[in-house]
Amino acid sequence: MGTIKKGTTRERNEFVWGWAFIFPTMLGLIVLNIIPIFQTIYQSFFKTGDFGRGNIFIGIENYVKMFGDAEVWQAVLNTFKYAIVEVPFSIAIALVLAVLLNRKMMGVSAYRTIFFLPMVAAPAAIAMVWRWLFNSEFGLLNHIFGTSINWISDPAIAVFAIAVIGIWSIIGYNMVLFLAGLQEIPRDYYEAASIDGATGINQFFNITVPLLSPTIFFVTITRVIGGLQVFDLIFMVMDKNNPALYKTQSIVYLFYQNSFVENNKGYGSTIVVLLIAIIMVVTVFQMIAQKKWVYYN
Amino acid sequence: MEQRAKMMQALIHAILILVSITMLVPFLWMILTAFKSMGEATSVSPFVIFPSVWRTENFTTVINNLDFVNLYINTLLLIAGRVIAAVLTATLAGYAFARLQFRGRDFMFSLILFQMMVPGQIFIIPQYLMVSKMGMLNTIFALIFPGLVTAFGTFLLRQAYMGLPRDLEEAARLDGCNIGQTFLFIMAPLTRSSMVALGIFTAVFAYKDLMWPLICNRDVMPLSAALAKMQGQYSNNYPQLMAASLLACIPMIVLYLVFQKQFIEGIATSGGKL
Repeated sequence: MGTIKKGTTRERNEFVWGWAFIFPTMLGLIVLNIIPIFQTIYQSFFKTGDFGRGNIFIGIENYVKMFGDAEVWQAVLNTFKYAIVEVPFSIAIALVLAVLLNRKMMGVSAYRTIFFLPMVAAPAAIAMVWRWLFNSEFGLLNHIFGTSINWISDPAIAVFAIAVIGIWSIIGYNMVLFLAGLQEIPRDYYEAASIDGATGINQFFNITVPLLSPTIFFVTITRVIGGLQVFDLIFMVMDKNNPALYKTQSIVYLFYQNSFVENNKGYGSTIVVLLIAIIMVVTVFQMIAQKKWVYYN
Repeated sequence: MEQRAKMMQALIHAILILVSITMLVPFLWMILTAFKSMGEATSVSPFVIFPSVWRTENFTTVINNLDFVNLYINTLLLIAGRVIAAVLTATLAGYAFARLQFRGRDFMFSLILFQMMVPGQIFIIPQYLMVSKMGMLNTIFALIFPGLVTAFGTFLLRQAYMGLPRDLEEAARLDGCNIGQTFLFIMAPLTRSSMVALGIFTAVFAYKDLMWPLICNRDVMPLSAALAKMQGQYSNNYPQLMAASLLACIPMIVLYLVFQKQFIEGIATSGGKL
């Protein structure tokens, strides 16, 4: 009897303390995140009236409009173009750098510090300095290469120029994640391979990549999601009157424009729903594809 | 063999130095341009690398025009508010999710995981409408508001508590500590490194956040939004834009250089939340 009673007091204690401890977080989470998810979906069936007044129910009209909206599909295409360049390059370069840094060598921590530096700079500042580097008349890049390319105002290349900024910004972050993964690979594997006469490049493809594949997969998933949400760089680099804007604006950029510049929050919500659908499909697709290449021991 | 190894080493350094230069050039160019006159910055032949005189006018101009002192204060308040709120709430909730048994826990934790998987843009319009209804647009509170709690941080702290040995709590309980005391005096101090990681992560992302400040605050701005606004106004005065960018970046870069290890670990533990 005594033990049961003791048990229940303890249970009650844990119940009370437990809820008290999670209460602030859950209250905030439900108000700030969970309810807004449903509100945004709900909002996507409404149209904001003129001068931001009133919410008019219009059923699936926003969705019908969106599916016929060439600007939205162009933005989807732009976003994919950006991600298809940013993700593989930032991952491949970061992987090579991580492998090069994963050894006892002078200057390792200095290199790591430098590569990671863009992560702590304001994206607005990064975008501005790259805009200046890309400047077609006075920019450093055209001067160094002796070219006169309109990096960010030529609709054919602007989105890729922005992807270059994205790659530059994120390499250090990916590299740190890879370095953590590399610590897990036993040294013996490499020693055995060296004795068998495997070269560095052989080792990279036959030991490092397969054993690091869970980390590579994780970084890829998160980078693809991040890439599909690109906003800051495009917002900061592209002026309203940039002729390449139509060919560079991303899904989130359109969301921002529609929701907060043109003040049609209904249509903005519809675009968010599209973004989430795209992210879900792409992520599920990667989850299925991983079975073919990710190696878990 | 010795020779070969040395060659390899030199090659590796050559590659790493080349990449380092690529990473540093934009920052160096920002610095050099910030000290130039407009004429030097836009001179094509000859192309000017170093300013003839290291002018500070660009800095004084932007400090006065943009009221940089206020921008620093706003950014500091934004960061401090979010860091304190996030670390406090996540530490409490993380402990409960890791170590206490109570009805409803698992469902609540599934909401935490769910939040982490949903792209953040879906929260923005309702959050904006909430702040707007409260009449709190253009306040420091509005800047802090979406960061009051953190699903990711709760998850991170929960992981930290899960890694601690159970004996500690048993011993504390036998000594007569209640759950609150056990948490406060025994367990919470042991997760200090995770709290620091979460604090740094929260600080850096509050500092980098651009869209939310652009939406909710047109007057009380942090650095990021002020840079965006400035670019709209003086879009071609690059020496001034670079001076402002430099001033905006320096505090965080200095902190980073001082607390490198904590920064890199703090941000790297964030995993996917970018």
